Amino acid sequence: MNTTEKFLDTTVKFINLVAKVLPDDVVERLKELRENETVAMSKAIYDSMFENLDKAVSLDRPICQDTGVIQFYVRVGTKFPLIDEIGDLLYKATLEATETVPLRHNAVETFVEKNTGTNTGKKVPYIDYEIVPNSSNLEMDVYMAGGGCSLPGRSTVMMPSAGYEGIAAFVADTMVNWGINACPPLVIGVGIGTCVASAAKLAKKASLRRVGSRNPEPKAAEMEEALEKALGNIGIGAQGLPGKSGVMCVNIENMARHPSALGAAVSFGCWAHRRGTISFDKNMDYTLLDHKGVTL
Amino acid sequence: MNNKILTTPISDEDVKSLKIGDIVYLNGTLVTCRDTGHKRRVLSGIVPRTDLKGGAVFHAGPIVKKVGDKWEMVSIGPTTSMRMEKFEKEFMEITGAKIIIGKGGMGEKTVRGCVENKAVHAVFPGGCAVVAAAEVLEITDAEWLDLGMPEAFWVMEVKEFGPLIISIDTEGNNLFENNKEIYKESMEKEMAELSKKLKYMNY
Repeated sequence: MNTTEKFLDTTVKFINLVAKVLPDDVVERLKELRENETVAMSKAIYDSMFENLDKAVSLDRPICQDTGVIQFYVRVGTKFPLIDEIGDLLYKATLEATETVPLRHNAVETFVEKNTGTNTGKKVPYIDYEIVPNSSNLEMDVYMAGGGCSLPGRSTVMMPSAGYEGIAAFVADTMVNWGINACPPLVIGVGIGTCVASAAKLAKKASLRRVGSRNPEPKAAEMEEALEKALGNIGIGAQGLPGKSGVMCVNIENMARHPSALGAAVSFGCWAHRRGTISFDKNMDYTLLDHKGVTL
Repeated sequence: MNNKILTTPISDEDVKSLKIGDIVYLNGTLVTCRDTGHKRRVLSGIVPRTDLKGGAVFHAGPIVKKVGDKWEMVSIGPTTSMRMEKFEKEFMEITGAKIIIGKGGMGEKTVRGCVENKAVHAVFPGGCAVVAAAEVLEITDAEWLDLGMPEAFWVMEVKEFGPLIISIDTEGNNLFENNKEIYKESMEKEMAELSKKLKYMNY
């Protein structure tokens, strides 16, 4: 197998894994939330969730029928041997995985308004690139963005007088009015930026950061913890029904802003947060960063 | 709380005794219909072969696999019901469906539909798609395949399909809306406390 085939083959297998097995950090947090839940209905839903995770493995099927639009967040070294071919290879890997996993056909061509039937379409799979200078490796998050948790995402630009408390209120309002339908416990990614696009992109990156990780800026980390606690206290449990376990984490990503603008966005991930990170070296040997002890 | 099994075709009497928060299971025929299917049924006049009188409808877009000439269910879980709010009331009136299953709450218009047509809305735990698929005995028909895999009208036989938590009952009670009011009140209190801690703007 040459390096191109090896990259393709491994990526297809990795997509299969992400569809069927949640990352370690998510499973660990779900177990904690399940143990601490006291409301009977919410506890019963946790039982169904864990039964579902077991069945996904034993029956070899995707955890959720909505395997999302496949999204790749790629951090590619400038010296990575396949740098010129990544886009084509990720497209091919998506086509192949759609047949073999199998994945749902989730690409509806806009304006034509027709499901392509291949799970691919214009700019789908979605690929986000970051360049890493002087590296020959590639690190990549694969994320299955389901419709249910994509639906409540929001981005806005506030006047700076709204303050950080304004951002918190925006996130809470979005969660209570729309997030409750997005399969809590939720991963809540918050972006603080300078315009609607930068805030939205940061919110998405925040939602892909590991559960339990903290923003390196102390005040941002403090806000993550405080907001996580406040949202947890609202009384929302699994599936948006009453309980105390409806929040998996709040992750914030931030950047400098224009003096006149405070961009804020929120991007949700459902309890079945199908995210995985894989790293390839220049020989296309891989390491799994979020699925310890798993071999593809 | 009463746990019971509903069997299709479902009668008015079967659903009248159900209250929000009850857990039920379903035996019989279940069909999937979501965004485009609802729109097609209500606006176009195209009628599926499968009669929905007394029927059960699932807001879901499954993953299916063709094995020989049969379709096999791989993974099927509920989708956000609120997306069907615009057409659900008319859909119930036209079809006579008695239980609408999905995820999350539905709005005021669907509540009126449930009261007028003696029907209920129920939720299946979201994301538990393998549990649900294991409760599907077989896919008996597939209509509207032109809409693509998620939007097609899949007809299945199910056994003890659930847990289904009643979220809108025939008296017009709405579990999610009731909860939302409680959450909003609690949110205001939490945010008032939190905002004191987030005074990061300099002045």
